[in-house]
Amino acid sequence: MLEIKNLSFRVDGDAGRELEIIDNVSLRVDDGEFVVVTGPNGGGKSTLARLIMGIEQPTEGVILYNGQDITHLNVTERARLGVGYAFQQPPRFKGLTVRKLLSLAHGSALPEDVCCNYLTDVGLCSRDYLNRELDSSLSGGEVKRIEIATLMARNPGLAIFDEPEAGIDLWSFAMLVDTFQKMHDRGENSIMIISHQERIMMLADRIVVVDHGHIRTDGTREAVLPTLFGEFACECDFRGAAK
Amino acid sequence: MISKVDFELLEQIAGLHEIPAGAYNIRKNSEGAGRQSTENIVITTKEDHPGIDIHIKPGTKNESVHIPVIITEAGITETVYNDFYVGEDADVLIVAGCGIHNAGDEKSEHDGIHRFFIGKNAHVKYVEKHYGEGDGRGERVMNPTTILELEENAVCELEMVQIKGVDSTVRSTTANLARGAKIIVTERLMTHGNQMARSDMEVNLNGEGSSAQIVSRSVGRDQSEQIFNPRAVGNEACAAHVQCDSIIMDKARIRSIPEIAANHAQAQIVHEAAIGRINNDQLVKLMSFGMDEQEAEEVIIQGFLR
Repeated sequence: MLEIKNLSFRVDGDAGRELEIIDNVSLRVDDGEFVVVTGPNGGGKSTLARLIMGIEQPTEGVILYNGQDITHLNVTERARLGVGYAFQQPPRFKGLTVRKLLSLAHGSALPEDVCCNYLTDVGLCSRDYLNRELDSSLSGGEVKRIEIATLMARNPGLAIFDEPEAGIDLWSFAMLVDTFQKMHDRGENSIMIISHQERIMMLADRIVVVDHGHIRTDGTREAVLPTLFGEFACECDFRGAAK
Repeated sequence: MISKVDFELLEQIAGLHEIPAGAYNIRKNSEGAGRQSTENIVITTKEDHPGIDIHIKPGTKNESVHIPVIITEAGITETVYNDFYVGEDADVLIVAGCGIHNAGDEKSEHDGIHRFFIGKNAHVKYVEKHYGEGDGRGERVMNPTTILELEENAVCELEMVQIKGVDSTVRSTTANLARGAKIIVTERLMTHGNQMARSDMEVNLNGEGSSAQIVSRSVGRDQSEQIFNPRAVGNEACAAHVQCDSIIMDKARIRSIPEIAANHAQAQIVHEAAIGRINNDQLVKLMSFGMDEQEAEEVIIQGFLR
């Protein structure tokens, strides 16, 4: 279980003014729960995810994972406790193959067929990709899907996906939705997905709306989803999958 | 006699666990330590200089030649001349390499001068690995010179690797390409401590339709220094792509001085060069798999130099 208590994150802005990116946020994700975090761009969603993974350190507040205070642990230590994070914009690695990266994520060498299954789950025609390097020869959408596959291979207790739909075509997106559904059905992991996609929100147990560094709404899917339609300035940004 | 230390060196530079099948010549401490010719590949000792001539008959397919050099005594300085004559339509693997185990305080140096005469339509894959070890204070020095003459439609793939233990190296590579010839060079280099490495490379694309692809990847650590000077000259309708990519760490210094030249309106010569430290997102990504920062760095470097 993840518990965030009164978390704040400030950075130095222009003219010595402090900018509040995350302001006194409290949040809970129960074991096996599927939470979608949504809200307008620049509202602090990714920062919140990076604070949970330990990539950024909060200025105030506490993060507990399975009852343990992890606020001051580094990325490695949190990863070993079972926190996992798929980047919104994943890095590329010259010379590292897809198969090697999946094995590194998993923690030991993965057999070919297992690698293939992870890739198929994110809509990649698997065998073609296994020995490809994660360099600039792969498109943004391919790198993004491989990123999601690495978190599947890692299978962490808490899996955080940062806008998994970004840059992904419609066909792969449908596959991805199924994969998240299956992951949720297994009930082994707590899942936190930052997303603007209605189809992903439809899978959620809970929806949290983050805006201007605050949690504006936190409730069940049934309660929150209907209130979101039409709320944002551009509904297309919220509903459309055709990116 | 090939000892345990010798085999350890041989494994590092040539992947050999035992005496290889096919043609080979093993040179140890400036003397011959074993040789075998085959029906198609004949190795003979040079008469005017130290070194060997390797004659590969036209049409020889799927055969290999191993010519490793090992030095296990301190204080040896040698210059060796090896010439490869590869017949038309041959398709062979040549594995060279030099390993120095220097446990003494005097310098050990091996300067290998390799010339390749590659016949029409022949295909050569050449693998050269350099490796040094030993806890003595004596320097381990290797200065390889490689000269390649590619006849019409000949293809040569060169894989040159130096990732550990060589204190000083000046590498010089020159290739001349006739019509339709193709060269692919992959260079991998890592320096650490106070090591110094310099690589000068010149590819002359003299024939119509010739092409060159040069990829150099290096990692500079500690206080080491690297200098790259690749040069591609297009004298006919041809294509060349030179890519130098370096990871810089600690207090290392790396210079890249590329030159591309076209002497023909149909010559397409491209050069890309980049030097930079390890990307922070790469480190964080691997740390989110539970690796600590040092482990993550090693994985990134190993992949990069693969």
